[in-house]
Amino acid sequence: MSASTLFLVIAVIAIVGFFVGRHRALATADGSIRRLHSLPQYYGSHVAVLSFAPAVLVLAVWSIAQPLVIGGSVQSQILPSDIPEGRDISLVMTEVRTLADGLSLAVSSGDMTAAEADNAQTFIGDLRDRLGALGVALGGDVRPSVLAAAQSYRSATATGDLIRTVLVLALAGGAFLFAFRQIAPDFRARNTVERAVRVILIGCASIAILTTVGIVLSLIFNTIQFFKLYPWQDFLFGTTWSPSFQGASELGILPLLWGTLYISFVALAVAVPIGLFAAVYLSEYATPRVRAIAKPALEVLAGIPTIVYGLFALLTVGPFLLAAFGEDGVLGVNWMQGGTAVMTAGLVMGIMLIPFVSSLSDDIINSVPQAMRDGSLGLGATKSETIKTVVLPAALPGIVGAILLAASRAIGETMIVVFGAGAAARLDLNPFEAMTTVTAKIVSQLTGDGDFNSPEALVAFALGMTLFIMTLGLNVLALRIVRKYREQYE
Amino acid sequence: MYDDIRLAERTDTMTDVKIAARNVNVHYGDNHAIKDVSVDIGDRAVTSFIGPSGCGKSTFLRCINRMNDTIDICRVTGDIELNGQDINDKSVDPVQLRAKVGMVFQKPNPFPKSIYDNIAYGPRIHGLARNKAELDEIVEKSLRRGAIWDEVKDRLNAPGTGLSGGQQQRLCIARAIATEPEVLLMDEPCSALDPIATAKVEELIDELRQNFSVVIVTHSMQQAARVSQRTAFFHLGHMVEFGETGQIFTNPQDERTESYITGRIG
Repeated sequence: MSASTLFLVIAVIAIVGFFVGRHRALATADGSIRRLHSLPQYYGSHVAVLSFAPAVLVLAVWSIAQPLVIGGSVQSQILPSDIPEGRDISLVMTEVRTLADGLSLAVSSGDMTAAEADNAQTFIGDLRDRLGALGVALGGDVRPSVLAAAQSYRSATATGDLIRTVLVLALAGGAFLFAFRQIAPDFRARNTVERAVRVILIGCASIAILTTVGIVLSLIFNTIQFFKLYPWQDFLFGTTWSPSFQGASELGILPLLWGTLYISFVALAVAVPIGLFAAVYLSEYATPRVRAIAKPALEVLAGIPTIVYGLFALLTVGPFLLAAFGEDGVLGVNWMQGGTAVMTAGLVMGIMLIPFVSSLSDDIINSVPQAMRDGSLGLGATKSETIKTVVLPAALPGIVGAILLAASRAIGETMIVVFGAGAAARLDLNPFEAMTTVTAKIVSQLTGDGDFNSPEALVAFALGMTLFIMTLGLNVLALRIVRKYREQYE
Repeated sequence: MYDDIRLAERTDTMTDVKIAARNVNVHYGDNHAIKDVSVDIGDRAVTSFIGPSGCGKSTFLRCINRMNDTIDICRVTGDIELNGQDINDKSVDPVQLRAKVGMVFQKPNPFPKSIYDNIAYGPRIHGLARNKAELDEIVEKSLRRGAIWDEVKDRLNAPGTGLSGGQQQRLCIARAIATEPEVLLMDEPCSALDPIATAKVEELIDELRQNFSVVIVTHSMQQAARVSQRTAFFHLGHMVEFGETGQIFTNPQDERTESYITGRIG
């Protein structure tokens, strides 16, 4: 039985278990729910959970472990002489597995009988063509040693599958019976079900945390790999960024870091005042009707994919700025050479961040108690004095948190930079120059045909690590500030 | 503090009329919250408003400093005169009015600033102090009059939100006094306080009578009897009875008043 069929069978057992368990619970209490410790569906769920969870767990572990164990034992059958010149043993093993799967497929599709497949040695010359007709692509003619390995792989897998089927079904059935016999009016089914739910919640939480840990670990290992090939001093303090896959690259992060910070700064300089003032208007001055329309409208901005903002930067803002600040421009200053510049990307990124800042700040300003405003108005302060001297200071920690969250989004933004700021790594103060950021360079280092083990590709992980540390630091700071704010009124 | 038992012996000490309200009506949307209320509030005296929840006493209080202006759906008609001037007149700036008619709220609401800045808030807005020394003086004087100076004089820079509930409420009273108002409105100032803090605030209210005209809304009839010279009884938006406190509590003219103070309605 295949893993998916087994899973379905277990699921059916669990569903049947639910109804049987519920029925049995009612029967033991002579049909009176009040005599039961828990509601009947809890007894049903108890049977379902107990017959489902252990069996599925064993199924999952077995299905993952079996190919590894069998693969290991089959691999030991292959002699060094069977491995072609310049090839790896893993390639031979891939061939073995493909062949074994192909034979199984041929049997299940009726192209071969089971006996034929077991004696495939007799028509080894035709094997490649016969399997090819079924869509199984083999690299070359089948060698006897590989076929032998594939046969033992197949038989071991068949035995393993059989044991798995028996074991899993026995487990599901046994647990079903065990849970069924536990049912009695004073059995605490509700508690066991709630314990099972708690295990599920813990499981989901650990998946989220473990994934994060995994990503960070992979970043760290690749970064270490990179620093083995390239001196960290040159990476952290180098002022030139000129990767070249021919070697002799200079991979200094400073120009990229400068570009990132410069563009983020311009973006925040646009987004913070506009977003904050919009939030003050929406939460303090707007009538409920205006607010009901304006707030969702502003939040639509947050739903626009960043690539669309990128196009907006490339096609609208860039040419517009060039017409104003470029050569023969309206202002006649000739500060700008091309449409891509820090200013272009910064402005567009700022627009992207406005709803982020305004929406969070609006919520924070709204959460300042009305009593604060009343107190100030009652002392003869005007509305604007109240906002300036009471509401905004009270909301300030939360607003700072919102700004820091916006800043970490600005630092991590990629598409707008690619379209708006160009690809030239440069250390320059002129905001009308093209510059680039860490994220944009990560993309360009990992796309393309470069050798993945070269420092030019691995530097992407070091860049990612730097970025991760920066945004993590900002997020931690933001969370701490927000938490401090929360304590203020409780 | 007055003793309930001596109520009947008290005389009506009311002299000048500070606030005169005539035929005041308030609507919240379609809800007619205050119906034709007329009342005279005396200078240098404590006037209390009593009545069951939702009877409109707080709403009426908020008419006196036009705090109802901050609520969009609220509409006020009728005349309210402060020192003979109509406060709803176009020439009156509600912000200036609120500086003259201070307010203390039900729940202590100190700003999340230092104790000093809480008190200095009003004087700074209205430019009452020319320099730091004058401001210091105003702060000290207000805190003394708020009967809280001794408790906070060593920690003026500590946040006002860190004080206990009773201290916070006295801080809010001191904050309201700091702008030198003529009238002090108090909306159930003791409802969030324990009996000891309540006693302190009541004592303070009695002292404030020397300088201000005080209007207090309260749910506690004992409190009204203890602190006020005149009492108004509100019921379902009407002002049922208004008179000398001792007379209201010992010899009410209206049977609704009698039912309320004896605990039969409310």
